[in-house]
Amino acid sequence: MKKLESSFKNMVIVLTAVTVIAGVLLGYVNEITAQPIAQANAKALSDAIAVVMPEGYDNNPAEAPETVELDGVSYKVYKATKGGEFIGAAVESSAGGFGGTLTVLVGFDKEGKIKDYSLLSHAETPGLGSKAADWFKAGSKGNIVGLNPGEEALIVSKDGGKVDAITASTITSRAFLKAVNNAYAAYAAQNGRQVDTQSGATPKADMNVEQN
Amino acid sequence: MNNFKVLMNGVVKENPTFVLLLGMCPTLGTTSSAINGMGMGLATMFVLICSNVVISSIKNFIPDMVRIPSFIVVIASFVTLLQMVMQAYVPALYATLGLFIPLIVVNCILLGRAEAFAAKKGPVPSFFDGLGMGLGFTIALTLLGAVRELLGTGKIFDMSLISEDYGMLVFVLAPGAFLALGYLIAIVNKFKKA
Repeated sequence: MKKLESSFKNMVIVLTAVTVIAGVLLGYVNEITAQPIAQANAKALSDAIAVVMPEGYDNNPAEAPETVELDGVSYKVYKATKGGEFIGAAVESSAGGFGGTLTVLVGFDKEGKIKDYSLLSHAETPGLGSKAADWFKAGSKGNIVGLNPGEEALIVSKDGGKVDAITASTITSRAFLKAVNNAYAAYAAQNGRQVDTQSGATPKADMNVEQN
Repeated sequence: MNNFKVLMNGVVKENPTFVLLLGMCPTLGTTSSAINGMGMGLATMFVLICSNVVISSIKNFIPDMVRIPSFIVVIASFVTLLQMVMQAYVPALYATLGLFIPLIVVNCILLGRAEAFAAKKGPVPSFFDGLGMGLGFTIALTLLGAVRELLGTGKIFDMSLISEDYGMLVFVLAPGAFLALGYLIAIVNKFKKA
């Protein structure tokens, strides 16, 4: 077949046909994949919650997050219960890191102690700031598991705190701890009756971080 | 030119990364580890094969003056398709590569091969050209990723070879990408001359 001539009519018809076919195809695939994508996202969230939450909860925390507004920022709080009794919560919190927004899911038990955390998304430097995914876990140098930000705000040792910052990534470490402290503030605000909110540690923590 | 020759042309003689130096942005951006490089290479190969085959089959229906926009629509559609499918069925890989997948659209290898090869040849040779170029790209990116990962963190494909304490972090960062790529190109040139 001979190649179509570049007449105005031909060009309009061909471009329209190409874009319409592409659009229909994409719409169709979007339809097919919408559900698996939603499922994959929900699974990623519930997996992250399972990691950071105290063991033995029997509800589905990912199902009904409660939203807490604090200083104009809203936090998602996923509550875990066992036999109807509150045993802990996971809080999604973010802060501006070195390369962009850093989002972390922090699990607290019912006393407000950090159970574990999971870095949901970040844009930190690979090999440096990206170490935050493991650095603050139990058994690592910057261990924060078991600490209670309500008793003492988490601050890197460089700023007079007790947490060891990631080597050569102080900005990431500060951002991470700020996110964790804010997560605790949201947890405490949402769950005031179990936790002593009078200690005032949380607003102070925020101030300390912002000075830098 | 038979199909095997077309295939090997993409892998060795006209390797898109080491010889043509096309598609440098994903090459430098995604190769912080071997697995990332390989994932990016395979994703690009998939889009390249599909777009080459489709473009070579519809080339006679496309008037010359609107060929570039038409090719771009074809390429962009396949990239979006790939993105949705990856997000749905391999979320782990999507989490590492997600940001770079849309960038495949502007990878000049794709439009370059569409113009230089698929727009002139039939669907079968175009398939092999896409496969060869894609393989060449994948091999180059995997190699570069492996070198950077080994020098930067002492690991290859997450298997520890030397202690992480001896890792030179610069190779994981952007400057290391340029250094490692420069030396790899030099080595490839040396072998080609010999």
